[in-house]
Amino acid sequence: MARIVIEHLKYKYPGTNKLALDDISFTIEPGEFIGIIGRNESGKSSLCQAIAGLIPNFYKGAYGGKIFIDDMEVKKVGVEELCETVGIVFQNPFNQVTGSKLTVYEEISFGLENMGIPREEMIKHIDDAMELLDISKYRDRYPFDLSGGQMQRMAIASIIAMKPEVILLDEPTSQLDPQGREEVFQAVQKLSKQGITIIMVEHNMEKIAAYSDRIVLLEDGKLIDIDTPQKIFSRDDLDEYGVEAPVYTQICRELGLKDRSSGYYPITLEEAKRILSGDRKGEM
Amino acid sequence: MSTIEVKNLHFSYVEGDEILKGLNFVIDSRSTAIIGQNGAGKTTFVKLLKGLLKPTEGEILLNGKGIKDMTVAAIAKHVGMVFQNPNDQIFKNQVLDEVMFGPLQIGMDKETAKIKALEALEIVGLAEEKHTNPYDLGLSRRKLAAIASILAMDTEVIIFDEPTIAQDYAGKERIKDIIRKLRNDGKTVITIIHDMNFVADVFERAIVFAQGHAILDDSTKMVFLQKEILEKSYLEQPDVMKLCYELGFKEGFLNVEEFIQGKMNKR
Repeated sequence: MARIVIEHLKYKYPGTNKLALDDISFTIEPGEFIGIIGRNESGKSSLCQAIAGLIPNFYKGAYGGKIFIDDMEVKKVGVEELCETVGIVFQNPFNQVTGSKLTVYEEISFGLENMGIPREEMIKHIDDAMELLDISKYRDRYPFDLSGGQMQRMAIASIIAMKPEVILLDEPTSQLDPQGREEVFQAVQKLSKQGITIIMVEHNMEKIAAYSDRIVLLEDGKLIDIDTPQKIFSRDDLDEYGVEAPVYTQICRELGLKDRSSGYYPITLEEAKRILSGDRKGEM
Repeated sequence: MSTIEVKNLHFSYVEGDEILKGLNFVIDSRSTAIIGQNGAGKTTFVKLLKGLLKPTEGEILLNGKGIKDMTVAAIAKHVGMVFQNPNDQIFKNQVLDEVMFGPLQIGMDKETAKIKALEALEIVGLAEEKHTNPYDLGLSRRKLAAIASILAMDTEVIIFDEPTIAQDYAGKERIKDIIRKLRNDGKTVITIIHDMNFVADVFERAIVFAQGHAILDDSTKMVFLQKEILEKSYLEQPDVMKLCYELGFKEGFLNVEEFIQGKMNKR
């Protein structure tokens, strides 16, 4: 169970003059499901890379502030040590495949081998992860022969198998069919309920609204807001940040329908249904 | 306006394991989205359209002519395809060179190729990045560079494989505009896509692939009303359509604007 504390984080990629992350501070509690939203190049992926320690340890560049995962300061421990606690699923699954393994099964074992996990335990971790992502039937396929969606599931499974306490996912479902996407969200939610901290970058606002405990809104490397999805998506200025509210929120906002008890607009299908059925009184 | 006729199209990578089991349809002037589960054969189908794969049975006619007698190079003059993963497509170290590559390969002279490339970069919003290395662009802008490379070839048919990957709200709106413009210019636009809200907003026709067959083929609205068939095919309704269903509307609305409009009209 890991608590993440980010204090005045600033970062500049080598050879650039602009801060990619600009004075970000917030705390994430163990087991929270955090969604990160914001327009492209607002710092979402950079923030993930920083929590995973790839910034600054792999990318170098100018770094200020601190990130703690429990009592470990990310910058000071090596990526090799940090990766036992923090797992990251890359935006493009192709970039994550090792290229050194001939089957999906072995690919998923890669991280575990490097961590020196005993064989019996490894087998169990791999089987669990493959089952959770529903890829057992591809176990003997060559990783690069998989379709985009299958590869994305393998990439997620290979991180989950390492059983990290924190999992960062950078648009993990972009190449999955709609039900596959829903399954991944449910699988990830299950992990979050087990106490694993989930941090996910996602452009699908309906999904991120339905699954996140809190949402981080970034713009130009700065933290604009961190709050519950209801509060974030009820903001009047979302379009300034290149973000659209879930369609359910947009509809209820147009019709001026807020949830009476909370004072915010609905964000999910269920909430919108409840409010609209009360409103419509058999009109349509 | 070009036509694509797909007749009894079969394909298998490995003998005895058919991926496509007899497709029959005609792609017309409507912008068409092909949707279906991962592994339903969507990408295989568009590779057949490009001549990168050859059917095991049946044929594809482009403007009445069988493409199996055409070389991949000859087909490329008529059919352009934007890859799902831009990294599979991009290999030059300058955006402008990358975007000029396709036009030059299909026989455009250098000057025309440059004009077309600059126009295409303008359309995708990368005019300022023409001298940048495409690999210095983030994934979303690299995908836009890949789109520009195909637009510059000015082919009659343009296929997009998952155009919205890594795109934020503004990027999606831009791609919607590009697709509408191409369609209005008389181009044939075909897309493979998992983003149902995007399909609902832009495409006129949707074809559902499942287990090697085209099991639904109709206007986007008619297809998205078939909740059960969609769910059996591992798809789902667009989010606004789900709400219409939950509220028991007889009519389905494809997006927020339609919903609000419909609701106002009833008042």
